[in-house]
Amino acid sequence: MILGQADSPPMKPLRIPPCARAALALLPFLGAAADPPALAVRNARIVTVTGPVLENGTLLVRNGLIEALGGNVPVPANAWVLDGAGLTVYPGLMDALSTLAAGADLPQPGAASPRNGPSAPSGATPARGPEDRPLTTSWIKAADTLQAADRNIDLFRQAGFTGAATFPTRGIFGGHGAVINLASAPAGKMVVEPSVGLYAALATGGAGSFPSSLMGSISYIRQIYADAAHYVAMKEAYAANARGRQRPAYDRALEGVLEARRLLLPGSRAVEIERSLRLAAELKVRAVLYGGHEAYRVTEPLKQSGMPILVSVKWPERDPNGDPDEVESLRQLRLRAQAPGSPAALAQAGVRFAFYSDGLQSPDQIKRGVRRAIENGLDETAALRAMTLAPAEIFGVADRLGSIEPGKIANLVIADGPLFAETTRIRYVVVDGVKYEPVQRENAR
Amino acid sequence: MKHPYSLALLTQAILAAPPVVIRNAHVIPVTRPAFTGSVVIENGRIRQAAEQVTVPQGATIIDAAGQYLMPGIIDCHSHIGVEAINEGSVSVSSMAGIEDVIAPEEIAIYRALAGGVTTANVLHGSANSIGGKCAVIKLRWGASAREMLFEGAKPGIKFALGENPKRTNSPSSRGAGTARYPTTRMGVEDVIREAFTEAKAYQKEWREYQLKTERREPAIAPRRDFKLEPLVDVLENRRFVHAHCYRSDEILMLLRVAEEFGFRIRTLQHVLEGYKVAKEIAAHGAGASTFSDWWAYKVEAYDAIPYNAAIMLKKGVLVSINSDSPDVIRRLNTEAAKTMRYGGLTETEALSLITINPARQLEIDGRVGSIDTGKDADLVLFDKHPLSNYAVAQKVFVDGELRFDRARDLAARPEREAARQALLERERPGARRAPARRAQ
Repeated sequence: MILGQADSPPMKPLRIPPCARAALALLPFLGAAADPPALAVRNARIVTVTGPVLENGTLLVRNGLIEALGGNVPVPANAWVLDGAGLTVYPGLMDALSTLAAGADLPQPGAASPRNGPSAPSGATPARGPEDRPLTTSWIKAADTLQAADRNIDLFRQAGFTGAATFPTRGIFGGHGAVINLASAPAGKMVVEPSVGLYAALATGGAGSFPSSLMGSISYIRQIYADAAHYVAMKEAYAANARGRQRPAYDRALEGVLEARRLLLPGSRAVEIERSLRLAAELKVRAVLYGGHEAYRVTEPLKQSGMPILVSVKWPERDPNGDPDEVESLRQLRLRAQAPGSPAALAQAGVRFAFYSDGLQSPDQIKRGVRRAIENGLDETAALRAMTLAPAEIFGVADRLGSIEPGKIANLVIADGPLFAETTRIRYVVVDGVKYEPVQRENAR
Repeated sequence: MKHPYSLALLTQAILAAPPVVIRNAHVIPVTRPAFTGSVVIENGRIRQAAEQVTVPQGATIIDAAGQYLMPGIIDCHSHIGVEAINEGSVSVSSMAGIEDVIAPEEIAIYRALAGGVTTANVLHGSANSIGGKCAVIKLRWGASAREMLFEGAKPGIKFALGENPKRTNSPSSRGAGTARYPTTRMGVEDVIREAFTEAKAYQKEWREYQLKTERREPAIAPRRDFKLEPLVDVLENRRFVHAHCYRSDEILMLLRVAEEFGFRIRTLQHVLEGYKVAKEIAAHGAGASTFSDWWAYKVEAYDAIPYNAAIMLKKGVLVSINSDSPDVIRRLNTEAAKTMRYGGLTETEALSLITINPARQLEIDGRVGSIDTGKDADLVLFDKHPLSNYAVAQKVFVDGELRFDRARDLAARPEREAARQALLERERPGARRAPARRAQ
């Protein structure tokens, strides 16, 4: 096989010794660097998401973009042609909140030492207050730390994922996420939009380091936003007239917060969702919530807020290692039974939502999670939307991603049946116009 | 279980609810003599409480013959219904607030309600010389975190003196080099002084800024400091100080420091040696919220006596009995009764310790704390006299809404157990996973 050709047969990573894999993983970049030839899919069922389904259409991809689609599209002579008979083309799937390739192995900047001033990274010294900017790396960008060689890129792509919103997620202010394409390409070419939002969590630094409690974390977020507003005022005054004024100290933590286009806030249980909605309103930030398991109980406040929510498909499960005799409360049991009904409830209420993997490492588990949402009342069109157009809209890239429309990035998944059905096989995945063929595993799942 | 997750819905529910008349009850208003008669509830308020009342059209009638109706119990010191209690990492944690972490579905709230409690002052813990902001909540079981807040109640802040803030009994203080300042009672005083000195400078900075803007001079607003803002609130009498304390010497210290900085301590909490300095407490104008008969659980609690509440009351201190516990909160009526045995208080005085007195301490006595026309219909119906050991709360109303009903609770148990079993059955391996039906 000729490595590096765009439509080369896929590698079988498990059979290649680990030491050789790193080197091999770099090779496809060479092929991807050249413009791939045009790609046409003929006689296929095309689910566009934004428009009607084409039952027998042709789709033309060139220069990484969707060039045309319809019943009668002229196909250039030099195009790779796929016979789409019996196949369905969908927009590629997107994981709306991921750490894929985000460079999660970076050293964790812990609480800063007060002596070293704001933002000084140091793991050992406990933070003595918000001024030490504890658990904050708001200046980090996934787009800058992207690990193009992350082996999970291939794993997810084989399952039909062509993109992800990937975030640094450590601490309270983890860092800025990027929308990336799951291409075998250099990091810079994977990035679709480098800075789509700042990930925040209500993390604590443990006893002895501020904040050590949930209310401390919330108060820290509040203080950071107040500090940022003051920082802006000071900088503007200084920029207008530096002479005779004291210079405001540069603060990368605040710079990072000010740069945020959206703030991601946690909200899995109803009380957490309401708490984050209130916090976002108070801070006057555009927020995206994540979690969503108990969202079925708070669809109305969510609807009123206009804020979208990312729903984790890692549904709550009974602890397999738990004591089987343990008596669980009705509330716990209800949450487990009804959480997968949240997407349907959100869809019915007209709340914008998207699905995310929430640490599930296997794409099969993610699809099982989506199927549970479908079994619990979500229609398949809405499920597909929650993994394509909805995340693209939430992160402001719907002009480029999320549906099959001329001019959009050619991210596609081509399957031999309904996308979420258990028996469906994914035949081709197209990322940035480059075709990949998943390994057909015999005893898949 | 109902979850009306919106204040609008909640208000609508109350306004739409028909009036309720509780008839033939032994009514104990606390602020005036007890009588046998009726209480009319309309729009969440007490419309009439007298021997003879006008029954409004369409009213639901509850016959309470032989039962005792008293105002909902108020606990001036509780930590129920929260997801966090202490921001213990710093000596001054006034930036943290209980309001942010209310857990409206914590079972302790329901249990307290079942004990007749309708209002609680939920405090930050006592790990810090100056702790976090407190929240007064109504136990509106079934409502959201925001709807639990006692609307209009003046905000509070927790202070703490003695062993807890100096970390005497904290494991972290025993490790080498990990002790947090302060570690002595002197240090506790110093932390409070330092904080208020800082707060005064901060207050001045903002005042100067305001003067400049009034004179239309160019000025940049100072940095908002969420640690110091609550302390400025205290200085400007917009926030109550609830101070955890035990020993008489440190109580006097705190009163002196407060007077020096020009603010008042609203309540001394626990205040087990309050009987030694009751006159000084009364002169300062502080209230005292104490335990009935807990003592000797740590060194600073050795000099406690069960006569504490009665002595302070007789010396002119506004006294309440609190629980500080999700267990004791369920029987505050019994706790109050102990002051009759130890101190010879009257029935009304004893009951005032858990109703109108804590209401006055929290300055919510215009709304709650007694059965009087116009007040919120926060009521508890006991089967026996509430100062009896055998009294069990039967019905508890908050804002006129029946939030706990013992008979209803007991009757619903088989149904809840059946629902539980059905859900377990669904999860059994091999069970067909039918879509979950949405519970109402």
